[in-house]
Formats: sequence, C-alpha cells, structure tokens
Amino acid sequence: MFKYYFEGIKNVEIFPIISLIIFFTFFLGMIVWLLVMKKSYVDKMKNMPLQSEDEPNESKSFLL
Amino acid sequence: MMEGKTLATEEKLEHSSLTVEKFAYDNHIVRLFVIASVVFGIVGMSVGLMAAIQLFYPAANLGLPFTSFGRIRPLHTNAVIFAFVGNAMFAGVYYSMQRLLKARMFSDFLSYFNFWGWQAIILAAAITLPLGYTTSHEYAELEWPIDIAIALVWVAFGVNMIGTILKRRERHLYVAIWFYIATFVTVAILHIFNSIQLPISIFKSYYVFAGVQDALVQWWYGHNAVAFFLTTPFLGLMYYYLPKAANRPVFSYKLSIIHFWSLIFIYIWAGPHHLLYTALPDWAQSLGTVFSIMLIAPSWGGMLNGLLTLRGAWDRVREDPILKFMVVAVTAYGMSTFEGPMLSLKNVNWISHYTDWTIAHVHIGGLGWNGFLIFGIFYWLVPKMWGTQLHSVKLANTHFWLGTLGMIFYALPLYVAGFTQSLMWKQFTPDGFLVYSNFLQTVTQILPMYMLRAVGGALYLAGVFVMVYNLMKTAYAGKFIRNEEAEAPALQKNYVGKPNEGWHHRLERRAVMMTVLVFIAVATGGIIEIIPTMLVKSNVPSIASVQPYTPLELEGRDLYIREGCVGCHSQMVRPFRDETERYGEYSKAGEFVYDHPFLWGSKRTGPDLHREGHSKNRRSDSWHYFHMLEPQQMSPGSIMPPYPWLLESSFDAEALKDKISAMRTLGVPYPEGYENQVAEEVKKQGEAIVQRLKEEAKVKTSADKEIVAMIAYLQRLGTDIEVKAEGEETTNTPE
Ligand code: HEC
Repeated sequence: MFKYYFEGIKNVEIFPIISLIIFFTFFLGMIVWLLVMKKSYVDKMKNMPLQSEDEPNESKSFLL
Repeated sequence: MMEGKTLATEEKLEHSSLTVEKFAYDNHIVRLFVIASVVFGIVGMSVGLMAAIQLFYPAANLGLPFTSFGRIRPLHTNAVIFAFVGNAMFAGVYYSMQRLLKARMFSDFLSYFNFWGWQAIILAAAITLPLGYTTSHEYAELEWPIDIAIALVWVAFGVNMIGTILKRRERHLYVAIWFYIATFVTVAILHIFNSIQLPISIFKSYYVFAGVQDALVQWWYGHNAVAFFLTTPFLGLMYYYLPKAANRPVFSYKLSIIHFWSLIFIYIWAGPHHLLYTALPDWAQSLGTVFSIMLIAPSWGGMLNGLLTLRGAWDRVREDPILKFMVVAVTAYGMSTFEGPMLSLKNVNWISHYTDWTIAHVHIGGLGWNGFLIFGIFYWLVPKMWGTQLHSVKLANTHFWLGTLGMIFYALPLYVAGFTQSLMWKQFTPDGFLVYSNFLQTVTQILPMYMLRAVGGALYLAGVFVMVYNLMKTAYAGKFIRNEEAEAPALQKNYVGKPNEGWHHRLERRAVMMTVLVFIAVATGGIIEIIPTMLVKSNVPSIASVQPYTPLELEGRDLYIREGCVGCHSQMVRPFRDETERYGEYSKAGEFVYDHPFLWGSKRTGPDLHREGHSKNRRSDSWHYFHMLEPQQMSPGSIMPPYPWLLESSFDAEALKDKISAMRTLGVPYPEGYENQVAEEVKKQGEAIVQRLKEEAKVKTSADKEIVAMIAYLQRLGTDIEVKAEGEETTNTPE
C-alpha cells in the first residue's frame, strides 16, 4: 500500500532535517515579531473580546 | 441573513469606507448546541456511572449484551467526548466567533447542517456501539459509514468557519480564532488518517494498517484527539470567555501567541508516549517522551496566562461561581498538562500504564478542564442569550461544590487504586516468586476504591442536574434573543496594510494562509512520526513462525472486538521481570503483523491475554467455556462480565469468506482461493473443540457457536512463538 510509494522517494531522511530548519526559523521569526510588536496593537487585540456592542463598555479603564 | 447597508457618520480609522452595516448574530444555533450538550452530557455521564458500578457490581450490566462493560465503555467515552464536550465546543465557538469577527455565521444552512448532522452521528453511535459495531480503535470506534458522515459534518463546520472569517468586519483575528482554525484543520487530518479502513459490510471493516503501525496511527490519533478536540478549542474558548466573565483583558496577549504556536508544533509529536515499553521502535518512543516534556512549557504558560488574567480580581472570584468554575478548570488544565508529561517518563509509565492512574488522569482533564470550563461558559451564556440574570447564584455555587467534591472523590481513589495495584503486580517474594500470582487478588484489593469512585461520579452528575434546573429557571425568567442585532463598519476591500507592519500581522489577517500554515505544522509532525515506521522494513522484524489466523480464530477475534474485551484486557506483555514472570515472553513487534486492527489495549482490569494460549498459561477449552458463561464460577470474586450469549448464538460462517479475502487484500498471505476452503476449515477446527469440550466436561455444543470461535482465538494467543526454534527471528519481511 502506501509504504511502497514512500520507499520510492530518494533521500527521504532529508525531510526531517528540512522541517526542523523550517520550524526553527518559524519560531525565531515569531520571537522577533513579538519583541518588536507595537503596544497599540497588543492593546487592541487584548480588548477585542470585551468590546462587543451589546454590553456597556465597563472595560474602558483597561483600554489604555 | 439580514444585512442592510446604511451610511453612518461615525468613522473609524481603518474603515475608511464609512459604511456601517446592520446584521444579527445567530443565537438560536448556540442555544441548540447548549441544549444538546447538556442532554448528552447527562446521558454520557450516566453511562459512565453505570460502567463504574459494573466494576464492583458486575450484575449492573442488566444481563444484556448491549449494556455489558466492553460495549458501554466506548459508548461512555464517545458520548462525553463528542456529544457533551463536542456540542459545548460548537456552542462556544459559534457564539464567540460571530462576535469576534463581527459577522453572522457565513451560512445558516451550514450551521444547522452542522448541528443536525452532528446529532445524527451521535444517535448512530448510541445505536451501533451497544450493538457491538466497533472498530476497536479508542475514541474512533465508530464504523466506516459513520466515519464518512463525521468527515462531511466536520467539513461543513470548517467551511462555515472559514466563510465567516472571510466575510468578517474585524480586520484582525483574535487568538481564539486561531485556536478554532487549528482545531478544524487538525481534527480533519487525524480523523481521515485514522479511518483508513477496508469495508467488508455496512458495519464491519478492517484497518489497513496492522500491528505496530496500526498502534502508532491510532495513538497518534488518540493523543491528538485529546489535544485538538479537548484542548485547543477549549483554549480558544478560555481566551474568549475568561476575559468576558472577568471583564478584563487577557493577562498577556503575546504569551497567548507563544502558547498557540508552541502547542500546534509540539503536540502532534507526543503521541507515542501511549506506547512506551511496547513493541514500538525505541526511537519513536523517545520522540514521544521528549516532545511530551517540552509540552509543559507552553501549557503552563497558557495556564498562568489564564490565572493571571484574574489578578486583582480575586475578590470577585470568591463571589462569582462562573469565575470559580473557570479558575478550577484552568488549574485542572495545568495539573493534567503537568501530569501528562510525567506519565510519559518511562520510569513513571512503568508504574502507571495499564492501571487506573491513567483513568484518574483523563478525568482530571475531562471533569476539571472540559467540564468546569463548559459549566462556567453555560452559566455565562444562558443569562446573556435570554437577556436576564442567572436564576440562583446559590445553586450555581452548590453545583460548583458538588462538582469539586465529585472530582476529588473520583480521582483520589483511582490514584490510590492505580498505585496499589501496580505495586502488587510487581511485588516479588524473597525467593523470586510473584507475591500475587493470581491476578484477581490485585483486583479485589482495589474494589473499595472503585466504589468511592462511583460515589464521586454520582456527585459530579448530581451537580449537572442542579445546573439544568438553574439554567431552565433562568431561561423561563428571560426572553430568548434569537437574533441579536448588531452593527459594524464593513471592512475596506483591497486593504494593503500599513507599510511598517510585521509579517505576522499580514499572516494573521489572512485566514486562509493561517489555515495552510497550521496544516503544514501539523502534517509535518504526523508525517515524520508515522512514515518512517512504515518505510523502514527493519522496523518490524518478522518472525517466521508467525502465521495468519485460521478462519475460526479470525472469527473469534472479531467477537473479541465486538464485545470490547480490549477495554479490560491488554495484549502486550512489556519487557519487565514481573510481566514475563506472570504472562510469559514479552511481546515482539513481529508477532502482530497480521493484526488488523491491533488489540494491545490500554487498561488491565483483567490480566494480559497475549500469551493466553501459551503452554505456560494454557487453560482447558472447558475452563474457557464455563468462564465465559459465568466468570465467578471459575474465578470466585471476578468482576469480569458473563457472556452467556456467546454460548447460544451462531456466527456467520458465510461472511468469513469476505473477511478472508479482505485480509488478503491487506497483505495477509492467505493463498488464492482459500475462501473456498473456509467452511471446511472452520468445521474441522470447530469440531475438534466441540469434541474436547465434550470429553473434558460433557458439554454439548456445536461447531457453529460463537463460543467455539472465541475459544479457538483465546487458545491461539501466544502459541506462534512456541513453534519457533531458537534464533529464528529475522529482520526481513516476507512481503
Ligand atoms: C470488566 C472488565 C472485563 C471485561 C470486559 C472482560 N474481562 Fe476477561 N477478565 C477480567 C478480569 C478481572 C479477569 C480476572 C478474573 C477472572 O479470571 O475472571 C478476567 C479474566 C479473563 C480470562 C482468564 C485469564 C486467565 O487465564 O486467568 C480470560 C480468558 C478472559 N478474561 C477473556 C475475556 C474475553 C474474551 C472478554 C470479552 C468477551 C473479556 N475477558 C472481557 C475482566 C474483564
């Protein structure tokens, strides 16, 4: 069944290494992004669940 | 869908078009899911309670095949996971998603298709599982036609979700939405991959993979079902409802992002920790352990993020039952996600595996994390949607205490039971004999703990009834807001973003890209884990003496599957002195190459059966006959359920032909044309057993009875390796 298809792939061992590199880079990118993230954006996102129209916005005090 | 466009004077920077649109949130779909969740929650927990009682009082199975332990255990797990928690998940997601995206669901049709389809599946499960239609893969027991229905309904849910995201009126996707997307994508992959079966009839199929590979796929699924059905969607819900209930924003949004990506990347790798010390290759086991330990970091980050959201509001936690439920839920999340990695350490797993410790562990997660978060959400949602106040805060507090006590009474006795029994299994006399060589002694020892556990379960269930009363009173006092009017400016089309924004901003705005990325992250983990096991031939060293099952044994095996014996018996002797002493030679990967599906099991309520027919343990045919008829007669004090119907019913010998040829399709080396000999083979082997039964105990039966097939199978277990001469183990597969 499936195993035969995969057996045919040359150098299948390289895939784990490639994916490790991809994952590592992705995480680095994420850290960098978090470090440079703007406070205004963070505040906006943080408060997103709280600002629906149906409730009185008591949360104003937390909206810096 | 009601959407009109009106010009508004109000302006928002990002929405330069100035168009404010009116629309309505669909609360009706949320209400339906809430009701379904509560109703099935009660059913699922009651079935669980019944199963718990059967473990110290076997007569509670009512003497019916449909309610015997092996069949209702999967009914319980499926009902609480997919019906109680699943419906609650949909309720929570449908409510929060609409608000976070400022849009009604993409399609009402899909919403209701999702709802009714899901209930139909639950109904099908509630009928087929007691009838014994099961694939035997834990938490994936439903047979193939239902699997297909699940896939369809799940895709409908996904399309509805992505559609809503695409027509949203909020540019940025809050982290809860990411969790929902990940849930959809991953569960789809898991479900499809773990359902690759070869159908034989409308309610019978065989898994394509066998033995070790089947086990790996199953636990890759089983583990990630916990991760992506019981955890990620509920983290999304936590990140929405906890801030809502506390009325303050999440402690750290950045932490929630780290939480998300780390979980997505790491969780998928941890599956093999369910198979430590089994015949699974070592590298895969180690991989599972390492990734499990790594999981502690993001999980605890997430827990702290939840708890710290309440900093400065602890006075409110003391008064508000909703917050109380949520605090305990998040704490239980932290406990389970610490305990889980600990259980995947080999030396802990050595003690915990196959015992009630595992059951305690999953119930901290199930009762604490899922259950309590759901209750908190429901207490918050119902007054909101009915435009009123909660009927009684006092009753909610009563529920909280009943639930908490229930959990304690449930889990603590099982920790004691698990630990006690495990130590008893492993205890040797100074002369090197097992102290408790009779397995049953280790069972009767912990029966009091089983009784306490049932008390715990009953308390927890009682709490749910209190909630139902309270919520119904609340609903009657209010008026249901079926469609909640809202308005928001439309999103500007062709938005290009600010020049200096980061790549993740762009990514996070692009829902489809997010989905693809999550898919890649998850699929890579799965591929790397699973494919090598299938590739490398040496991963499954074959044993020349291992032969395919005879048709009669195969039938017995299918009966074993039907009755859910796998819920109480393992078939995997681990390489420890106490296990080899008790059961015989430890199990080798090569012994399972014809096992579609694998039947290793995960719990030893009864002894391991992998060597049941081996000369070391061999019982007579008549012993098995009377033991199946009435276990207590042969093993006084046994808690194994009786199976008198096996003695009366006949099996379908005709269907065996299809089974044999299906097995051949899957690679089991039955010779061509063997189907035509099936009837003869079955008769020959069956008659021999009938004869022995007659000689041994004057039993009168016939070769077409199910009991005969069952005996044939039990006596076959563990005999392959006896035939083998020393050193015959080889590393090349016969294929
Ligand atoms: C509720 C859990 C439970 C279920 C379900 C269950 N068993 Fe058992 N089984 C036990 C316990 C406990 C024992 C040990 C006491 C005894 O011998 O009855 C046992 C013992 C056995 C033994 C004897 C092992 C030995 O040699 O000492 C066999 C064989 C067996 N079970 C087969 C089955 C089969 C076949 C099924 C399904 C049709 C099944 N069991 C279902 C709990 C269970």
